[in-house]
Amino acid sequence: MESEALERYLDLAEQMEVHHNPEVAELFRKMARVERKHVEKILERVGDKDLPHIPPWEYQWLGEEAAEAISNEDVHYLMTPHHALTLALGAERRAFGFYTRVVETVEPGELLELARELMEEEREHVALIEAWLAKVPEPADDWAEDPDPPLLQE
Amino acid sequence: MTSSPAPIPGLTARDYKSEVKPVWCPGCGDFSVLSAITKALAELKLPPEKVSVISGIGCSSRMPAYMNSYGFHGVHGRAVALATGLKLSRPDLTVLVTGGDGDGFSIGGNHFLHACRRNVDMTYIVMDNQVYGMTKGQPSPTTEPDWDSALSPGGTGLRPFHPLVIALASGANFIARGFSGDPNGTARLIVDAIRTPGFSFVEVLSPCVTFREDQRGWKKIVRPAPVDPTEDIGRAARRLMTDDGFNLGILYTGKRKPYQLRLDAVEEEPAALETQFVV
Repeated sequence: MESEALERYLDLAEQMEVHHNPEVAELFRKMARVERKHVEKILERVGDKDLPHIPPWEYQWLGEEAAEAISNEDVHYLMTPHHALTLALGAERRAFGFYTRVVETVEPGELLELARELMEEEREHVALIEAWLAKVPEPADDWAEDPDPPLLQE
Repeated sequence: MTSSPAPIPGLTARDYKSEVKPVWCPGCGDFSVLSAITKALAELKLPPEKVSVISGIGCSSRMPAYMNSYGFHGVHGRAVALATGLKLSRPDLTVLVTGGDGDGFSIGGNHFLHACRRNVDMTYIVMDNQVYGMTKGQPSPTTEPDWDSALSPGGTGLRPFHPLVIALASGANFIARGFSGDPNGTARLIVDAIRTPGFSFVEVLSPCVTFREDQRGWKKIVRPAPVDPTEDIGRAARRLMTDDGFNLGILYTGKRKPYQLRLDAVEEEPAALETQFVV
């Protein structure tokens, strides 16, 4: 889940760079750095353990995709940092919900401990992004208006 | 697949992506289809140099540039013709064809019919957004008759092309529909399509967020097909004829033997044949 979120943030950052939206690109890169730390931490915990290979379609997520990944379809080339943070907040809340569900359903043991730890971290991420979002101005009503649209029916 | 190169362990989806950054509009479903294709190839552990992605013209036809495999960005509508030639001459390759509804069903419509009929072993992935996005939003063969736009005021009034029905009637050996909003489910369909010998056709509903903003609503409409894959062509025909276009999954999988070049039937060397022609 964390790897998918990392890959998606990197993809979205590239998309925003291509479409000349450096502010949101940098924001997605920051989120990718956060997710990379999470991935590294989990890999450290995995250590030498042999993990089973599970094809991507066999993961039992709560939705179509890994809970923490922003959907490709939810972005726009003129999106503002406020939009990006709102999407990131949704992703973190879904991740929190996912780990909470794990905590509620697994037996006591190493998995429960790890899930609880990750749940608490996601709770912190939610709080951090909420605080960040509060400092970012809301988008203007005409945020999607492009005076020189790249693709216009004429 | 008719051939199975030695799988390479440890490859990830990212290993099948090139360094070229896609220029698709952010929000475009094609990003997720790229993700689904690369995930599928990673699952199959196919060596990138044993994969070739062939395309025609259109937004989705940019796919070969974004992949770290061999590829050919061909002319409009001719992708399956190119891919047929490639597969027949290099049966060791896994050949994928990628493109859109305009490229595949209008400009390349004739090639589509005969690729299904010939049943050469390849996988054709059509990203269907029911519009010509690259050329600013003209209606395509799969556009609804009442889609009102600046370029089609009041709609075209034309009955849409039904690619899955046509594929079945023309002889495709595997027919499935995916949705870009479910890249993991689409990856699974692509894996099954590649594994099934013969011509596999995968339609992927892939919203165009620039000219078809309404297609963002597809994620609320699509649903898994309430039926299992069938080998019964009659049952598949009834299923597809009553389909509303939003059922996802494998809708038909047949057992036709793929067409292969009969090299034993060639009795004369090319040089000998040349003597019959005036140069």
